[in-house]
Amino acid sequence: MPSVSMTVNGRQVSGEVEGRTLLVEFLRGPLGLTGTHVGCDTSQCGACVVHVNGQDVKSCTMLALEADGAEVRTIEGMANPDGSLGVVQQAFQDNHGLQCGYCTPGMVMTAAALLEKNPDPSEAEIRAYLEGNLCRCTGYHNIVKSIQAAAAALR
Amino acid sequence: MAKDSGIGAASKRREDVRFLSGSGKYTDDINLAGQAYACFLRSSVAHGRINAIDTAAATAMPGVVAILTAKDFEGAGGLPCGWCVTGKDGPMKEPKHPILAEGKVRHVGDPIAMVIADTKEQAQAAADAISVDIEELPAVIDMKAAIAGGPLVHEDIGTNLCYDWNFGSDKAETDAAFETAHHVTRLELTNNRLVPNAMEPRVAIGAYDRSTGEHTLYTTSQNPHVIRLLMGAFVLQIPEHKLRVVAPDVGGGFGSKIFHYAEEAACTLAAKLVNRPVKWTAERSESFVTDAHGRDHVSTIELALDAEGHFLALRTDTLANMGAYLSTFAPSVPTYLHGTLMAGNYATPLINVNVRAVFTNTVPVDAYRGAGRPEATFQLERVIDMAAREMGIDPVEIRRRNFIKPDQFPYQTPVALAYDTGNYHATMDKLVEIADIAGFAARKAESAARGKLRGLGIACYIEACGIAPSAVAGALGARAGLYESATVRVNATGSVTVLTGSHSHGQGHETTFPQVVAEMLGIDEGQVEVVHGDTGRIPFGMGTYGSRSIAVGGAALVRATEKIINKARKIAAHLMEAAEGDVEFANGTFSVKGTDKSVGWGDVCLTAYVPHNFPHETLEPGLEETAFYDPANFTFPAGAYAAEVEVDPDTGQVTLCSFAAADDFGNIINPMIVDGQVHGGIGQGVGQALLEHAVYDANGQLLSGSYMDYAMPRADDVPFYAVDHSCQTPCTHNPLGVKGCGEAGAIGTPPTIVNAVIDALADRGVKHIDMPLTPARVWAAMQG
Ligand code: FES
Ligand code: FES
Repeated sequence: MPSVSMTVNGRQVSGEVEGRTLLVEFLRGPLGLTGTHVGCDTSQCGACVVHVNGQDVKSCTMLALEADGAEVRTIEGMANPDGSLGVVQQAFQDNHGLQCGYCTPGMVMTAAALLEKNPDPSEAEIRAYLEGNLCRCTGYHNIVKSIQAAAAALR
Repeated sequence: MAKDSGIGAASKRREDVRFLSGSGKYTDDINLAGQAYACFLRSSVAHGRINAIDTAAATAMPGVVAILTAKDFEGAGGLPCGWCVTGKDGPMKEPKHPILAEGKVRHVGDPIAMVIADTKEQAQAAADAISVDIEELPAVIDMKAAIAGGPLVHEDIGTNLCYDWNFGSDKAETDAAFETAHHVTRLELTNNRLVPNAMEPRVAIGAYDRSTGEHTLYTTSQNPHVIRLLMGAFVLQIPEHKLRVVAPDVGGGFGSKIFHYAEEAACTLAAKLVNRPVKWTAERSESFVTDAHGRDHVSTIELALDAEGHFLALRTDTLANMGAYLSTFAPSVPTYLHGTLMAGNYATPLINVNVRAVFTNTVPVDAYRGAGRPEATFQLERVIDMAAREMGIDPVEIRRRNFIKPDQFPYQTPVALAYDTGNYHATMDKLVEIADIAGFAARKAESAARGKLRGLGIACYIEACGIAPSAVAGALGARAGLYESATVRVNATGSVTVLTGSHSHGQGHETTFPQVVAEMLGIDEGQVEVVHGDTGRIPFGMGTYGSRSIAVGGAALVRATEKIINKARKIAAHLMEAAEGDVEFANGTFSVKGTDKSVGWGDVCLTAYVPHNFPHETLEPGLEETAFYDPANFTFPAGAYAAEVEVDPDTGQVTLCSFAAADDFGNIINPMIVDGQVHGGIGQGVGQALLEHAVYDANGQLLSGSYMDYAMPRADDVPFYAVDHSCQTPCTHNPLGVKGCGEAGAIGTPPTIVNAVIDALADRGVKHIDMPLTPARVWAAMQG
């Protein structure tokens, strides 16, 4: 089996994977990073979003081998160095931007990527950027509020 | 002033910390040493006879541990139905629902064989290699065809009619009122079939410990004790003390995770057969054809009115799809959760409801957020809107004219329910204010200037929550009690562990239940911890659905905490050498009336566990109490909703511009969480009204079987919602005065939006469009 190595949340990791192993499977399986979720099999729900070299990526849509040598960041890597919630995470808690929590890692990673690119997004821009992320619990109201609050806190 | 802790405070959710940092523990995050993986071979045809299953080649494939078919489950029972509805001709027809198909497959997705292998990929490959000889039979999908001599889904029961149920006022008397009415409005409508789509797919992991004979099932369930009871007693005959069911963090349920599913029993039994833990994780496309679907009613509703628009009588006739088998609570949804709701918020004197439940070659249909109440509300609020338009009465006014008046409570409806309290005029007044209905005409003109057709829709709803008084449910055919339980375990240093039979899968119980206990004990919320979801740790409880957790589970929690306070008061009296009757308890301190003697909560708790100075003659040491609470009645949240839409006349595209909800949930424990529950319900209601539809073709193939084809609401399909729950008529029969809020949005939203679209198109003569209001349907309706 081919081997793969990458940096995940600042740690160098490596492992053997099958050619068909998806990045999300590598993260959830051998690495035990189960914060990244799988909600569909057609690349449409966004529960699996992580950052690869700074880009938000659906980790169910990328082979682990494609991430060889990459910098990967997952929800487990979003906290502050002291372990407290990072700004985007905190905004989600403060604004009740999650209920069951299943879509949440993907939402947070997507929101963080948006705010990197666009520090002051309009409501419409936030809603449009979330088009690849499904949430069944919140009706999106408080997710959008959370991202607005995170944007304000980061500015 | 807003409180910052306890009942009524917008306490932040403590569970969020683990969900936001990726340390939640969902079922698929659990991996047991040595586990094997299961994959189910499922029927690709809707109806067929299984002539032969050849597993030889598949069994020889790498990694395959075992392949199980129906004969391996011969000793097991079928998946039981938890509610028996009795119709005009006696008890419902109840065909067997085997774990794996026995001789026939009855819907696309029906499991035929279970493959267990070392890896998931090996299990999938082997499942693909099984050869099944199926003789395809004609499928029956349409309900009308099913009861008009269509192919039989179950030959052994000789009919596709599960039951024919009539309910409410005398039929002849109701019909007579129609004969003499000034005006009758009649509407035929469909309540579209939905796929629940909790974002976490279902997962089951079975494990068996040979040394103790104990089975453990980890499963994505809203009610682990219900699964333990159904699966243990009826399917696998495992005594309850040898079966533990754990439902850890669960990623949304909306009803679809109430039911006992075949995969749970299969993994539990297989773990013993292969002597390894067995894990199954649904693919999303598998969820589409195995999770119980929701809604799917076809109804005719008629409303009789006098010349002033007062409702005189209502009659409805509904066909309700059961799918191919009876799911756990399916028969109760179109009957006791639907027929009983047909009075809505109105003082209609005569109501007759008829429901025929029908078997078809489709996925079983069962409770989905709202469960029967959205279907009832949709019929009622659509026919009222149509009647108002036909009679030239304002839609707000016709509702006000017919509301049950505040001084009429308690109000006995003609459809069994007795509403304890409510004030529908107040929520309507609040709605008129928050939706700025007065400003609608100007907004409509502004839209028109941009070439858009703007519409305003109004709808009200009532729901019956807090299911249920067990005796009532039992009399109506429920095969379970519907109480709830709580244990309050006070630790020696005064912190508290709450063990609840309710289950949280997004509702935030880990935050709200401590708010209740902390308020009662006068301690910090952080001192209270909640345990749920594990039959090995919690008292027997019925779980979470039907907006029952705070109304029933919260009431059990109050009762248990009251017992704690009573005992603690006795201990405090002993410590202060005072008569128990003189001891007062406030803000975490016991004191003797009229003296300066007091003793703190912590000292009393420590004394309970270090009972050196203790009234041993009259009390046992320790401080732990359990309560079971069986409600006296349902609770009746109600509200009034408004939506404004714009329709593009060229494309039929509907844009939801604004949405306002004025709800009466009685007392509120955590307003932030209540807002969130309403938002989520509205989101799902928007999905039903505008986007979602589980579509079968005539052969029983699910055409919208993935997110490529099934339109889920996304962030840019919805606006911000204006929600208000300041109108509060507390429930009169539970100790918290709470009513429940989980389903309101999903119930009230669909008719509100459809009414808005019809309002937008009224000038063009459009009277009704069935959901979902897709651009194609709206455009076609505009063409006449
Ligand atoms: S799991 Fe990756 S998009 Fe759904
Ligand atoms: S919080 Fe449950 S799916 Fe988004």
